[in-house]
Amino acid sequence: MLKDIKVTGQKDTRSGFGDGIHELGKKNPNVVALTADLAGSLKLGPFIKDFPDRFFQCGIAEANMIGIGAGLTIGGKIPYTTTFANFSTGRVYDQIRQSVAYSGKNVKICASHAGLTLGEDGATHQILEDIGLMKMLPGMTVIVPCDYNQTKLATLAIADYPGPVYLRFGRPVWPIFTDPDQEFEIGKAQFFSRGNDVSIFACGHMVWKAIEAGIILEEKGISVELVNIHTVKPLDEEAVLNSTRKTKCAVTVEEHNVIGGLGDAIAQCTSKHAPIPIEYVGTQDTFGESGKPMELLKKYGLDSPDIVAAVEKVLKRK
Amino acid sequence: MTDLKKMASQIRRDIVRMVHEAQSGHPGGSLGCADFFTALYFQIMKHDPKFNMDGINEDIFFLSNGHISPVFYSALARSGYFPLNELHTFRKLNSRLQGHPATHEHLPGVRVASGSLGQGMSVAIGAALAKRLNKDSRLVYSLHGDGELDEGQVWESIMFAAHRKVDNLISTIDWNGQQIDGPTRVVMNLGDIRRKFEAFGWTTLETDGNDMDALVATLNEARELTGSGTPVGIMMRTVMGKGVDYMEGHHEWHGIAPNDEQLKIALAQLPETLGDY
Repeated sequence: MLKDIKVTGQKDTRSGFGDGIHELGKKNPNVVALTADLAGSLKLGPFIKDFPDRFFQCGIAEANMIGIGAGLTIGGKIPYTTTFANFSTGRVYDQIRQSVAYSGKNVKICASHAGLTLGEDGATHQILEDIGLMKMLPGMTVIVPCDYNQTKLATLAIADYPGPVYLRFGRPVWPIFTDPDQEFEIGKAQFFSRGNDVSIFACGHMVWKAIEAGIILEEKGISVELVNIHTVKPLDEEAVLNSTRKTKCAVTVEEHNVIGGLGDAIAQCTSKHAPIPIEYVGTQDTFGESGKPMELLKKYGLDSPDIVAAVEKVLKRK
Repeated sequence: MTDLKKMASQIRRDIVRMVHEAQSGHPGGSLGCADFFTALYFQIMKHDPKFNMDGINEDIFFLSNGHISPVFYSALARSGYFPLNELHTFRKLNSRLQGHPATHEHLPGVRVASGSLGQGMSVAIGAALAKRLNKDSRLVYSLHGDGELDEGQVWESIMFAAHRKVDNLISTIDWNGQQIDGPTRVVMNLGDIRRKFEAFGWTTLETDGNDMDALVATLNEARELTGSGTPVGIMMRTVMGKGVDYMEGHHEWHGIAPNDEQLKIALAQLPETLGDY
């Protein structure tokens, strides 16, 4: 039951990244880190302190950072580029497309402050299109972990996963509800509950919101299958279809535009193999604005009651 | 004629023939840089045509202005990276010789895709940093168009290379003064690019990129200047279309193919020295 999931602490997912890359630095001498004047925000302090020669400050020059990352792979390095999600993707799309994706370079594009929960900085920084941008690139893997522990494990896992990766995480302090020793496998969906009435597919921060919603739904007697799609691409199609063939309907939940993100991926998969009704929780083709993270999630329809409403709606469409 | 000059002439024939056969491609900058590629691949760089992507203990080269792929492909093929007759496939379907260089089809000798301009120096810097981390004392070379300097990313990388003292990098600017829409001074005036590089903290040299002896001397001098705490830039003056009189100095020949008659005239001006492919 979802209500049995234990919250073991509160931490930002970006700290999971910072702790992950620090641990990785000790394990893998080929791992190098780059930043574009956001080392503090990306929690790179411990890595920089212990591995100063493997850290490259690029200044506020993201395009150059991505290119340097591509070059570092020639010679066997595993570069982790770090900045906010907006500057990790939209700002440098062509650099990623040509120098990284088309060139098949083993660059790990690590992006913090994704989505609305960036908060007060507002829409200039709250990218809600990055999952779509990245998943459209041939050969790009897209990972959106759900909490501190999972972000740390994902940071470690991508070092051993050849090819370009987009790793998306965020700024706010968020509940920790996965096990630090969990098995984390790229491309393998994670089930938080098994149920028969509805499949909820969520990623990133929204997995927690989906759990909150799922608890309410369970109390109402609705049997929820809650699936964390931490790897949006390649999508675990088998897990998705096994779930939807049973539940016959789905709700997708993401801190991203409903166009181009997780919802689209689920819709494409199910419509191709076993069509079902789907409701999409995400931003509805809009920009964000300044505000506190929770206020924003509420205003833009990404809070747990919105997920409950979406489930109730989709159940009627079965 | 020395061996290098013979090679340059043959590479120029390859360029014109490739672009003619494809009826597509960029002969102007390719011809202008034929001497540079010849010097680099047949005299200056220590490199292995068996090709390994990482290029450990080799000098490695990045072409940032990827549209001059014909000269790159000819130099690679004549160095033994892939069969010469593959030059016939340039820009055709199912070829490894894409319009702009790519790694996607695994063409030996190419280490990153280029074509969208302004990205190559960043990549070259990354490779130079990797060499440093690997305690590999060989050098990284890169080539850039002068028009390409319009791209802001190039200046990001120029600033970084000086700041981080990337002194195992030799970047050359093909200073032919031409870009697609016209002379650079009309389209976007570059000013004194040598002084600009110097102001950013680079050590710079200037040379005539169509004088083989001067070019080889400059490239040797550049190598001597590496390891001294600054990146090295070569401002290389070339003539777009060099070697084919009707193309020389004309920006119109940036990216169009000669017709049958024009091909004949061009080949008559370029001695076949080492055998056509």
